[in-house]
Amino acid sequence: MLHAVGRDVPNSPERLAAAQPLVAENLSRGSGHPAFSLTVAAGSCVALSGPSGSGKSALLRLIADLDPGTGTARIAELVRETMPANRWRRLVTYVAADSGWWTSPVSAHMADPEAARRLLAELGMSESLMKAVPDNVSSGERQRLSLVRALIQRPRFLLLDEPTSALDPESTLQVEELLMRVKQEGTGLLIVSHDPAQVARIADRHYVLSRTGLAEANP
Amino acid sequence: MTPVNLSVTDLLLAALSLIIASGLSIVLALNIHSSLAVSALRMVAQLLLVGLMLRYVFAASSPTVTLFILAAMIVAATYEVYSRQQFRFRGWRRFGLGGLPITIATIFVTGLALTTALREAAWLDPRHTIPLLGIILGNVMNGTSLALNAMLTSIQREKRAIEARLSLGADRFLALGEVRVSATRNGLIPVINQMAGAGIIILPGIMTGQVLAGMDPLDAAKYQILLMFLLAGAGTIGVIAATQLCIAAITDERHRLRLDRLIARE
Repeated sequence: MLHAVGRDVPNSPERLAAAQPLVAENLSRGSGHPAFSLTVAAGSCVALSGPSGSGKSALLRLIADLDPGTGTARIAELVRETMPANRWRRLVTYVAADSGWWTSPVSAHMADPEAARRLLAELGMSESLMKAVPDNVSSGERQRLSLVRALIQRPRFLLLDEPTSALDPESTLQVEELLMRVKQEGTGLLIVSHDPAQVARIADRHYVLSRTGLAEANP
Repeated sequence: MTPVNLSVTDLLLAALSLIIASGLSIVLALNIHSSLAVSALRMVAQLLLVGLMLRYVFAASSPTVTLFILAAMIVAATYEVYSRQQFRFRGWRRFGLGGLPITIATIFVTGLALTTALREAAWLDPRHTIPLLGIILGNVMNGTSLALNAMLTSIQREKRAIEARLSLGADRFLALGEVRVSATRNGLIPVINQMAGAGIIILPGIMTGQVLAGMDPLDAAKYQILLMFLLAGAGTIGVIAATQLCIAAITDERHRLRLDRLIARE
């Protein structure tokens, strides 16, 4: 099981970094690729959009330190490169559009099953999903379960790659409501979305990625 | 009892079973007859050559020649592990990943045998060292190549699950834990089956050979037990070392999954 670390320890760097923004500076996959700089304030939602292949997912993965590249990312004095990668990823958690599952049932993936059940209820999902085999649930259910799995670890920042791409409109709104709640509680959100209406509903800032770089939409 | 001396006619008659199997392959369109024929011809040529070469090496009884032969065997086994992989590493890892574990496991276990049960044999006496290292090396090579192939194939297949675990804060050994356990089992299945079935389902090759050559069956069984322990120990050490190295090679110091280091076999 995985647990949130440091957040509850007085004077831990993770606790001292609370309410500090996530700053990404000159992140790039390397020579020949554009570099991106971006700031996500704690308790805010930043949306990313742009054509396919422009590097939205790559940027999220670079921030989470899942791919090699150049540049840096930090939260106050917590610098990505100077702290263990697994601790960084618990603070800044990336959730893929179609995230993977490594065992069965679903509950075996949840660090805090009680918290997971509460979030499932908030999303209007059945508690029985906790006993399901991940491969046997729908892609939309898996997508929301992936979000729940990440949320119960209480990351400071969530990097969500098209978190509602497999959902119907009603489920999409439920996810957005949940995201708004965690945002108000101080979690920073960086979301890739192709839906302008969704961006308008949830994002405080909106950036558009192109092959040449990052530009703020409606600054 | 004296050893059975085999003539060329005896060997040709034994090959009849293979000819019948190839005929079945042709009739049933299984398309394995050419592979069988090539492998059989290769086996005959290799064994006759090695027989001739060992006759010379045993007669020469030179430590330098023996060491050279041992090194050549390890290099050949390293290449064999590499060539059996569906997905291969780029750069030095392509040989290092197989070569290092099989060298460590083989030399350690061969050394252990030569300093304990077979202590009466001189270390570099080719008549003892070459066959002993050969049988241990072959076994380690099989287990290691099976484990590595299973591991790299599973990593490709389970990429999303592994990355999900890494994203949630698992380190690389936790994220690749299930894949590693499964690959280790894969690599050790042959030697575990061999031990479990020894004497009941099959008479192992070494014991069969020694009984045919005139040794007392109980003494032959003791030799076989000794060898099975050595083979199982070396195989397990090789597989564990190979899967450990594989995790280190397929990830980097920031615990990222580095599939860009792999290429699929053409």
